Amino acid sequence: MTQRRSVILDLCVQAEFHTLLLLSLYLLFAGHNQPGGGFAGGLVASCAFGLRFVAGGGQALSRSISIPPTTFLGVGMLFAILTGCVSLLSGHEFLESAILSVDLMVIGKVKTSSVLFFDIGVYLVVLGMSLLVLEQLGEADGSDPDEVQP
Amino acid sequence: MFVLILSFALVAALLPGVASLLGRRVFYVAALVPTGAFIWGVWAYSQIATTGPLIEQAAWVPQLGLTLGLRFDGFAFLMLSLVAGIGVLVFVYAGSYFHTEPIIGRFAATLLLFAGSMLGLVLSDNLLALFMFWELTSITSYLLISIEDNKAAARTGALQALLMTGMGGLAMLGGFVLLGEAADTYSMAELLARPPSGSVVNVALLLVLIGAFTKSAQVPFHSWLPRAMNAPTPVSSYLHSATMVTAGVYLVARFTPAFAEYSLWRPLVITFGLTTMLLGAYRSLRQHDLKLLLAYGTISQLGLMMLLFGVGTKESIFAGCTLLLAHGIFKAALFMLVGIIDHQTHTRDLRVLGGLHTQWPVVAVTAGIVAASMAGIPPLFGFLAKEEALAALGETGFAWGALVLLGVVVGSSLTVAYSARFVWGAFGPRQVTMIRDQDYVGNEAVGEQAPKPSNMFLAPVFVLAALTVVFGVLPWLVDPMIARAYESLVGKSTDHHLALWHGFGQALALSAVAIGAGCALFWRRKRIEELQESMPRVPSAQRGYDRTVKGLLEVADAVTGFVQHGSLPIYLGVILLTMIVLPGVPLLRDSVMPDLWFADSPMQVVVGFIMVVCACAAAVARRRFAAVILVGAVGYGMAALFVMQGAPDLAITQLLIETLGVAVFVLAFRHLPADFVRPKLRGSQVARIAVAALAGLFIFGFTLFAIGARTEPSISGEYLDKAYSEGGGHNVVNVIVVDFRGFDTMGEIVMLAVAALGVAAIVRAKRAPTTAEAESSATEVEV
Repeated sequence: MTQRRSVILDLCVQAEFHTLLLLSLYLLFAGHNQPGGGFAGGLVASCAFGLRFVAGGGQALSRSISIPPTTFLGVGMLFAILTGCVSLLSGHEFLESAILSVDLMVIGKVKTSSVLFFDIGVYLVVLGMSLLVLEQLGEADGSDPDEVQP
Repeated sequence: MFVLILSFALVAALLPGVASLLGRRVFYVAALVPTGAFIWGVWAYSQIATTGPLIEQAAWVPQLGLTLGLRFDGFAFLMLSLVAGIGVLVFVYAGSYFHTEPIIGRFAATLLLFAGSMLGLVLSDNLLALFMFWELTSITSYLLISIEDNKAAARTGALQALLMTGMGGLAMLGGFVLLGEAADTYSMAELLARPPSGSVVNVALLLVLIGAFTKSAQVPFHSWLPRAMNAPTPVSSYLHSATMVTAGVYLVARFTPAFAEYSLWRPLVITFGLTTMLLGAYRSLRQHDLKLLLAYGTISQLGLMMLLFGVGTKESIFAGCTLLLAHGIFKAALFMLVGIIDHQTHTRDLRVLGGLHTQWPVVAVTAGIVAASMAGIPPLFGFLAKEEALAALGETGFAWGALVLLGVVVGSSLTVAYSARFVWGAFGPRQVTMIRDQDYVGNEAVGEQAPKPSNMFLAPVFVLAALTVVFGVLPWLVDPMIARAYESLVGKSTDHHLALWHGFGQALALSAVAIGAGCALFWRRKRIEELQESMPRVPSAQRGYDRTVKGLLEVADAVTGFVQHGSLPIYLGVILLTMIVLPGVPLLRDSVMPDLWFADSPMQVVVGFIMVVCACAAAVARRRFAAVILVGAVGYGMAALFVMQGAPDLAITQLLIETLGVAVFVLAFRHLPADFVRPKLRGSQVARIAVAALAGLFIFGFTLFAIGARTEPSISGEYLDKAYSEGGGHNVVNVIVVDFRGFDTMGEIVMLAVAALGVAAIVRAKRAPTTAEAESSATEVEV
């Protein structure tokens, strides 16, 4: 199976890749008050990388991200568990939320919840899972070296 | 006390890092922790004389009323001084035993973890906490035996130890739960103060005894201990002689005063103890490997301890406490000596060793003293313990007392014989003529040119040897400690005292008989060996274990072959049918039809119609790719319905999931034929359609009736109210996901991660038939 790369798709993906990643971050941070959240954000980021993969194959994917997907999985779970443990250590129940307000001076006062860190964990796990599946299923026919040649 | 136990774990976590800096000196750092524990123990011991037992409580699972209780009394101090005291010496010893192997960090950490677990075991008052520490010692023992994981014998030996002690531990847990429920408390002190009664207690005690017997290597559960001798010697001298294997004895000692009068307890413990003592000593006489000789000797001594505590008279419990301490001291020293011999001469075979008595005269004398203590020769501490035991068994007043006494005298003479065999074999002249089998090549006596062990290597042995002499000559040094241990077991103080000289009596005569008979056995050792060779081989416990494991694996193979036959349609069929039948039957029996209405808006009708059409088309599509796109379209329709219902979050998630789902399907389909395979068998086709249709109907019905099944008011209102006030967010869905039901989400992301790793593993397994390819693909992934 030889695969030709479509120039149009390639360019479109390059144009919208970073926009999608930004959108995913927006969804992640806005999620507590508006539609979105870690799960949706992670899925949008996964779609961004999925597009990269569809356009350029496994090589394009591994060029665009150098961290192994399992690291995302591990760090994500660590984030989620540590959030729970922090509230446990400060004398609350596991994962009980606390409202944080941070004064960022130039940007202004930001009010958020401690579960944002939990949501970041969810985001990372979802992204890591998709990347791992893409990588594994995509490389499954690595016997055909021409496939990923540009 | 909690801090003390935790400090073991905390320091253990740091040790691998320290090991990379300090090399084998890491053991000296690790030795500081048991030193601290020992100092604390001495301080606490001085307290309990006036205040009574120290008790610490911590809420464990308050919802279940579970409290983690620790209790420090006289018997706990006896055990603590073994665990911490010998622990310090073992760590110092290990500092010379190892060179710069890469495993030492891991080894030191695991050994320290074991020490902490063992300390927790002897300090626990709560039965469930005791069980937890009990299992922790089994697990750390497993890790320590298999620490040299490139040796197959070490791995199988470790597994056998884990399986047998683990099985016993589970039985013991069952016993603990029965006892705890019968007595309505899980605190050991309360349980023993007011022992429950009834037939259920008999079962419970039987289960507890299985746990104690497996842990303390009683016949027929003893076979794991000789095989655990594949561990490095520090492990053997610490876990498998002085501390871990006495855990079962410890439990019996604690339980006997309360339960000795139960019909089962005394006969069972005495029978098993005596059999173990005799069989262990007899088998010990047959070993050529010094370490195995000591291992069977340990089994024999554990049997004697079990027996003494099981008899349960005041004198025998006192004797048991003495023997526990004496055995810990001399057996740890003997194992260390074997380790030194092994380390310097690279063999432990007593037929090959020779000439060490001229090479290392000081070591030889020390070994002679320690072995004499094991044999019960005056004026050593072992003699005191043996005297106490013989005196206690002489005055039980039970009908079977004489028989047990006779058995113990026979066991003692065998002990004298194998002690002499140990010293003669290790340090005496070489016994070339005794080699019969072919496993020895070469004809030089090993040991004549062996390098002298360093003083640091010998120091722990000298300390222990000195103790066994000093405690023997000056018994009033340990007498209060043993009296206190006795007092905390029985609940009454004693006016009995340890003494070297009790005057002429039955015990002294029996000691003399045992020593004389032992010497005679050793004198005629060639004749005895020939006799043992000519004896028919009895079915060994090891073969029993091997058969059981093999049988278990065969059954597992058969079951797996039946259940996991590898046909995906059948798997799916079974899953779907289970889903339909189990909830389906009660659903048909009693379900309430909800009020139905056609639609909320015309748009719903349009979207719904599109979805139905796409779903039907997907079912009859010939090409896989088309089917996937159609299923995706159904999902997009669902997202549209969510939007119409005012649930943007669900819609976003649904949309993204469908998109990614289609992409992943397409990736997977690259490896499948473009068209679906049409099954040729008509019958199977009909069955598939039937199952699919039933599943569809079931889901439809289930969703429908689920709406009508509500009996309690919905919690959505509460969620809406509290989302901002307590969760701090306006998006209720998100607040539910990350806050109200945060635990569920935690489980889900863990499941996602596991599923992803599973996919990766399956794909890799399919892709890489050879290791070389697997390695190359692994590196590709990292790039």
